[in-house]
Amino acid sequence: MNLSLEVIVQQLLNGISLGGLYSLLAIGYTMVYGILRLINFAHGDVFMIGAYTAFFLVGVFHLPWWISAPLTALLTALVGVTIDRAAYRPLREEPRISALITAVGVSFFIENLGLVVVGGRPRGMPVPPAFAGSYALGPFRVPGVTVWVPVLTLLLVGALLVLVYRTRAGMAMRALSRDIEATRLMGVDVDRVISYTFALGSALAAAGGIMWSFQFPQVNPLMGIYPGWKAFTAAVVGGIGNVVGAMIGGFVIGIVEIMTVGLMPHLSGYRDAFVFALLVFFLLVRPTGILGEPMKEKV
Amino acid sequence: MNRKIASLLLAGSLLVAATAVAGAAEPIRIGLNLEMTGGVAAYGQQGYEGIQVLQQMMKLEALGRPVEFVLVDNKSDRVESANAAQRLIQRDRVVAIIGPMISGSMLAAGPIAEQARVPIIGPSTTNPLTTQGRSFVFRACFIDPFQGQIAARFAYDNLGVRRAALLVDVAQDYAVGLANFFAREFTRLGGQVVATQYLKTGDQDFSAQLTAIRAANPELLYMPNYYAEIALAAVQARRLGLDVPILAGDGADAPELVQIGGAAVEGLMHTGFYHVQAFSNPLAQQYVETFRRVTGKEPNAFGALAADSVLIVLDAIRRAGSTDPEAIAAAMQQTRDLEVTTGTVTIQNGDAIKPVVIRKLVNGQWEYLATVNP
Repeated sequence: MNLSLEVIVQQLLNGISLGGLYSLLAIGYTMVYGILRLINFAHGDVFMIGAYTAFFLVGVFHLPWWISAPLTALLTALVGVTIDRAAYRPLREEPRISALITAVGVSFFIENLGLVVVGGRPRGMPVPPAFAGSYALGPFRVPGVTVWVPVLTLLLVGALLVLVYRTRAGMAMRALSRDIEATRLMGVDVDRVISYTFALGSALAAAGGIMWSFQFPQVNPLMGIYPGWKAFTAAVVGGIGNVVGAMIGGFVIGIVEIMTVGLMPHLSGYRDAFVFALLVFFLLVRPTGILGEPMKEKV
Repeated sequence: MNRKIASLLLAGSLLVAATAVAGAAEPIRIGLNLEMTGGVAAYGQQGYEGIQVLQQMMKLEALGRPVEFVLVDNKSDRVESANAAQRLIQRDRVVAIIGPMISGSMLAAGPIAEQARVPIIGPSTTNPLTTQGRSFVFRACFIDPFQGQIAARFAYDNLGVRRAALLVDVAQDYAVGLANFFAREFTRLGGQVVATQYLKTGDQDFSAQLTAIRAANPELLYMPNYYAEIALAAVQARRLGLDVPILAGDGADAPELVQIGGAAVEGLMHTGFYHVQAFSNPLAQQYVETFRRVTGKEPNAFGALAADSVLIVLDAIRRAGSTDPEAIAAAMQQTRDLEVTTGTVTIQNGDAIKPVVIRKLVNGQWEYLATVNP
């Protein structure tokens, strides 16, 4: 095999490229978990809805991207809020496991609804020129998406941190994450804050969906499944509930995945298995993830 | 009084006669085990479209009985394909099954039909293993050793390539088979396979594999996979600066290749089953005209081969003079020079003897390069 320094550096760049996309998805996962203690397994499917929304706005209705992107975020946020209203809110007082099982059900429902509504065949995503090509840095190639995704991710994480730590809504979210009942007693409209959380998480999924379909220019109803699982893994590896951790976890997963293929080409078919093995490893050795704090028992 | 009874009797006998006629014209049920959703939904949907066009083109009947199709979606999945075959045979009591379209699924569905002694025919299942040692499993297309050999010769002789790299879908028996037959012939001719990398159906990121391939400095990228993976890999290859020509197999043949691949698949060449210019018999021309009129699109290989599969089954029923599945299978084995929508077909040990067509994508359109006869 040909393992020059050049190849290794390019593989690292490939890993960062893929990892950036996982990061973007993982922060949405981790945010909903951080506030509601709910693993929203439908997050990957919301991501798919985001990608399709952008596909229809741009590819079918021919709206320019500067309208389509915010509109996609908005529409996907509405979808997220609707999912919460329809599937999770009725179970708010039930044990957490009910919401988790429902999330799996919602995920299957969206995937199959997608198959019925848009059909099983993938469609090509129209990619704007800034994202379609790649930049040459000496002997290395960096896809356009890779330049923008980390910038976008950092901006979004920054905005999220400001929102969570500097605004009243953020304070309500943090309070909710501690104790829903106590927060409700303090006069906070809990359902509204939760809707707000789902709207934000889903808008993040939409951003991830758009970027993903720029990097891999196609959309199909099942496209959210694997990225969803990988992002969940990234969120756990980074420390679920921790936004910065999710970002780091995403890059770790991306690099591990690419290096698996790069170093052991005959095992490329098992790349997902390596990623999920990493998930198992973390759950065994450090269940709170890279940046997670040890869990405190609530009194 | 008498007249009333007589008319009642007459009405009664008419009713009996009508039922008798209906009984005689009881439809022949043929199962369709197709990829309507999932990874290769384009093939199943195109196949189904081809059969519908054939229905518009001619009255589908045999032994004076109309044909009724029972469609089951196998979701491009092996297990679902096996279940679909089971269901069509046991519940729907079909006399023959058409599909699945892809080899991996046929390897799962074929043994079930074989055991139940009901003929099953894959319109585009090119992997040789699907029919090996079986007398109820058929195909309407050529086999991969032939296709791989032609691809290798085309690369070596016509393109003048000496260093080839392979990117192979390990989850598909079709892709693995084709890659092996290509590599064998290409090295026998004196060429060198400088890199072999693997992917799995459904993967989207191939940057690691393509980086390794670029480092091996090939003159050609051979990707005998299905269209979704080919398109995504082509896009990423170009982004990584891997600008060598791409050669693929019949799996490249779907509108999605161009839709997803865009400029990256421009110039891509592939070995396949079909081009509207390749076959000139009257039935082929009639099919092309009907297809254009009914769908407003250009005909494709998978629709044509699915239509051919129907024609092969109906021809066998007529020659057998029976709708007994065993008799149909025996007659299918004897298919000789049958006129179909892709020229003429002869069946040998379950395999169709057919020419390979080579095409190239120029300005988003398939250009016809050559037909290679077996």
